[in-house]
Amino acid sequence: MEILLLILTGLLYSTGIYMLLRRSMVKLLIGIGLLGNGVNILIFLLGTITKGKPPVIEEAADVLTGIYADPIPQALILTAIVISFGLQAFAIVLLKRVYVLVNSDDLDDLNTPEEEDI
Amino acid sequence: MTDNYIILPVIIHLFAAILQLFLWRRTVAHRVVSVTACFIAMVIAIQLFTKVYNGGILIMEAANWKAPFGIVFVADIFSSSLVLLTSFSALAVSVFSSAGISRSRILYGYFPIFHFLVMGLNGAFLTGDIFNLYVWFEVIIISSFVLMTLGGRKAQVEGAVKYMAMNILASTFFLTGIAILYGITGSLNMADLSLKVAAIENRNLVNITALFFIIGFGIKSAVFPLYFWLPSSYHTPPSAVVATFGGLLTKVGIYALFRMCTLIFIPDEFTKNLLLLIAVFTIITGSFGALIKRNIRRLFSYLIVCHIGFMIGGLSMFTQVALTGALIYLFHDIMVKTNMFLIAGLIRQLRGTMNMDKLGGLYADYPLISLVIAIVLFSLAGVPPLSGFWPKISLFEAGFEGRHYILIAAIIIGSFLTLYVIAKMWAEVFWKNIPASKGSGEEIIDGFAALPLSKKIMLVGPIVFLAAITLYIGLGAENIAVLAQRISAEMMDTTPYIEAVLGNPQ
Repeated sequence: MEILLLILTGLLYSTGIYMLLRRSMVKLLIGIGLLGNGVNILIFLLGTITKGKPPVIEEAADVLTGIYADPIPQALILTAIVISFGLQAFAIVLLKRVYVLVNSDDLDDLNTPEEEDI
Repeated sequence: MTDNYIILPVIIHLFAAILQLFLWRRTVAHRVVSVTACFIAMVIAIQLFTKVYNGGILIMEAANWKAPFGIVFVADIFSSSLVLLTSFSALAVSVFSSAGISRSRILYGYFPIFHFLVMGLNGAFLTGDIFNLYVWFEVIIISSFVLMTLGGRKAQVEGAVKYMAMNILASTFFLTGIAILYGITGSLNMADLSLKVAAIENRNLVNITALFFIIGFGIKSAVFPLYFWLPSSYHTPPSAVVATFGGLLTKVGIYALFRMCTLIFIPDEFTKNLLLLIAVFTIITGSFGALIKRNIRRLFSYLIVCHIGFMIGGLSMFTQVALTGALIYLFHDIMVKTNMFLIAGLIRQLRGTMNMDKLGGLYADYPLISLVIAIVLFSLAGVPPLSGFWPKISLFEAGFEGRHYILIAAIIIGSFLTLYVIAKMWAEVFWKNIPASKGSGEEIIDGFAALPLSKKIMLVGPIVFLAAITLYIGLGAENIAVLAQRISAEMMDTTPYIEAVLGNPQ
């Protein structure tokens, strides 16, 4: 399980970075999305995966004993998912707006020359 | 000592923003609420600063979850003085925006977003939990995205694409660093991390994790190979917005870098050399970039990059003297950079352009305003006895002690080029006669003279206010130096911080 997640994380990071380095704005968006997912899986992976041991305290006991799954990474991932959702939603709207104004998908076209500054 | 008072600088801006959402489309109410809230926040910040300065580190445990398990807010002298400076900047920008931001932008929620941004800044300065720091950073960047694009001119959205892509990438690096750090220590509390990271035997792993943080914060604070987003986006939004960005957003990256490097990852030789190299190149490239720019705001954007290098340089030497110098420079820089962009906005009001080729004759028309601006510009260039001069003494002293001659040379070149650029700008904008119009209808428009007196005061007042604080940093340098020395002592010996958060280990 760990080794699969490890490979998946590596794939998501590398494809994400590759997509960010392309000149197309759509690929920039895809890159942002892939990187966000890669980080989430990395947090999950590094929180050490424990199978079938929920962190629930039994009625008779006061504290958890033995090995149990760490709930913190899941809380972190939840927060990170919500944040990356918001950022991606903004990014999509922004790039749509840029496409309408510039009429091009190429990031190299985004250079209004200095002479047009106010 | 536990004290819930320290959350107030965050809460006040949150409430102001929510209140403004209820007053949607009522622009006068927005302005009044914003200025009032910023003023109250300033009073609170002053009180917080005096409390911390006299009484030691304050903490607040969210929902009473004990550290290191819950989220903890910590106000030591470093964070509370930055909260104080933020409140000064926020007040100045808020008053300036009331007159300088167009009505249509206020209608679409300029002020609520501005308050969310300042809330995020205060939160980032005060938090003692590394994941919480990440969340505050996200609050900051999403608000700054909206502020940057509000208005939707072509140049603005083009700049925003670069800004957005780089900042999201920086957040990803930062979060990756947090993930690895959690994986190797199992903690997120900064004080707890400080103890646990120090106990790790595999130092290479720690160094690699530190690199993730340095890249993440490096992008945010615009250091050498990662700064290109800054000069290509900061010249596009309204000047009041860029004043907040230039004064505070890059500095919150510096704050996080200082916090990380002094509390969690104590730099070893490799990291120190890396930071030194970054500092040297940042200073050189930033100042050379400023040389060729003809637009005032593009020029100032490059100067931001150049002066970030001074602070990184102080951090890279990592002695108490060097940190003291870097801290004084940080305080000076927040005030001056905010003011510089407000001045750019004022010049745009006065002349209708920010292009040096078309500007001129400001000194003849407005001698008093020019005098105030001169004080700010000379502070930036570091003419003694103004504020930019004093930190360089400490930086040189530390540099000669540690034999970092390359860094000293870079600082000298950086200071000299700053002086040259500022002198050139002064000659072009203030002394030169207004260039003759080329007959294509490009007459100089003076939008300032027609304004009512109250608006004139609202535009010039913040600049005078910030210039007065800059003057105090320069002329009262002894007090600031004592403050910076106390902070750097806390940085070199973090035991008080750790004890304040985790309680006294028995």
